Amino acid sequence: MNKYYSWLILAALIIVVAILPKPLVISPTASVIVTILLGIALVWVLVLTIRGHLIGRRVVFLFIGASLTLPFFMNFEMPIKVSPEVKILYDALAKLPPGSKVLAAFDYDPPSAPELQPQADAFMAYAFKHDLKVIIMGLWPQGPQQANMSIDKVLQYPEIRAKNPKYGVDYVNLGFQSGNEFVIQRMGSSFRGMFPRDIYNTDYDKIPLLNGVENFSNIDFVFNLSSGYPGTVEWVQIAVDRYGVKVGAGNTAVQAPSVYPYLSSRKLTGLAGGMSGAWQFEQATQQPGKASTYVLPQTFSHTVVIAFIIIGNAALMVSYRRSKRGEA
Amino acid sequence: MDGAVISTWLAALLTLGIMSFVYKDNLYYKICEAIFIGISAGYWFITYFWDSLYRIAWIGVVHEGRYVLLGGVVLGAMMLMRLFGKIGWIARWPLAFIVGATAGLKMMVYFTTNAMAQIHGTVDDTMVAFGGGDLYDLIGRLVILIGTVTGLIYFYFSKEHKGLFGGVAKVGTWFLMITFGASFGYTVMSRMSLLLGRIEFLLTDWLKLVK
Repeated sequence: MNKYYSWLILAALIIVVAILPKPLVISPTASVIVTILLGIALVWVLVLTIRGHLIGRRVVFLFIGASLTLPFFMNFEMPIKVSPEVKILYDALAKLPPGSKVLAAFDYDPPSAPELQPQADAFMAYAFKHDLKVIIMGLWPQGPQQANMSIDKVLQYPEIRAKNPKYGVDYVNLGFQSGNEFVIQRMGSSFRGMFPRDIYNTDYDKIPLLNGVENFSNIDFVFNLSSGYPGTVEWVQIAVDRYGVKVGAGNTAVQAPSVYPYLSSRKLTGLAGGMSGAWQFEQATQQPGKASTYVLPQTFSHTVVIAFIIIGNAALMVSYRRSKRGEA
Repeated sequence: MDGAVISTWLAALLTLGIMSFVYKDNLYYKICEAIFIGISAGYWFITYFWDSLYRIAWIGVVHEGRYVLLGGVVLGAMMLMRLFGKIGWIARWPLAFIVGATAGLKMMVYFTTNAMAQIHGTVDDTMVAFGGGDLYDLIGRLVILIGTVTGLIYFYFSKEHKGLFGGVAKVGTWFLMITFGASFGYTVMSRMSLLLGRIEFLLTDWLKLVK
């Protein structure tokens, strides 16, 4: 009989989704009520746990799913304060005069896009608005494609469309190159050696933007979007330490802790870490995008995770007490 | 029905297939997983083939006469010898080349960036903070200094962790635990972001429930 319940729930869910108005927006009052109900449900789970009724893992998944889904329909304004590390990154970009050459290294792939693509969009929009020349490359095979997606998106913005940035003149995509940190090392002496052609197989020497770009000494700033190896760590270790170029980064939250030491030693010029970093970067560059949409669901889900850490510890204590009683 | 609609439905059904694992392991999930693995492997193979073998090696050697690239091609071919039992030992040569080159490059950069620069940053910033920084900054710098020193002492195994030395090492352990906790927190944050990306896709592109 149980298996029929799951199918019934699925059918009910499909019907509900079909009849819901599109797009669905919940009023601020209803948003507060939903939030309170979610909180009450969590307290109820805690009380059940303390009483010795341990809940199954599927309930945890259900709460996580609800906390990630419901806020998309809610009307809440989140307060924001741009952190010092994001401000350093923004200030470094703001100091670049029009015409500066910025190397944008896209070292990530689609799984990291929710965190890094908003940063890529904000960066590309900022660069085009402020007439920065962008040279794109990737140490990850899908990185340059992510860059192209970002360019396609920001070129739809009316103010950027009005500027009409041209490929080869205002930006260029050199594509992916295998070799990890050895690519960065080689670029220290010759960009052409590592990227003899761009992503569309145009010769390096035939691209106007790359005229006079021999190595890092012709680059004003490196903006690295990274989700692992090879990424920001390698850029700092080689491009910064060996060739003295300034590197600012946007990282996934997983990678951010390993990069923070480079900030305090001033090897890294600014860092936007994870979704909150992306959100702050969007605010700093005044390019509100997807991170601004994502931050509310993420805040809700974090609260639920924290609540379940507390519930989990309560469950542990209950089990401990039970086993102690059993021994006695 | 245009291509975009088909691809959105396909992506949505595959996403739901992978998500169905949270309920229980099932055939739908297994099919989606197999598709993902197959496509990933195929994508990587094709990318490396066109970007490295064709764009760099083939065009470089055949069309541009950059014969120095043949060295890399030969080493790459030697690596494939691992597939042939008797001459598999040949694969050790390019492997030795990779290990040697990486070690050579990494040894210096790790020493300068991860050791010297960190020591310099820790000591220098603390001195600057003592010399006139605000109280908040000074406390932050002192925490970093104490964390660095006690953490290093924890990993010093030539003396038994007893008495004052043991106490300091214990403080180091606490710092390490807090670091691991912060790291775990960031990992949770990242994983939530991945899920968020998929849920946003389902709600926005597929169901059109969100603008």
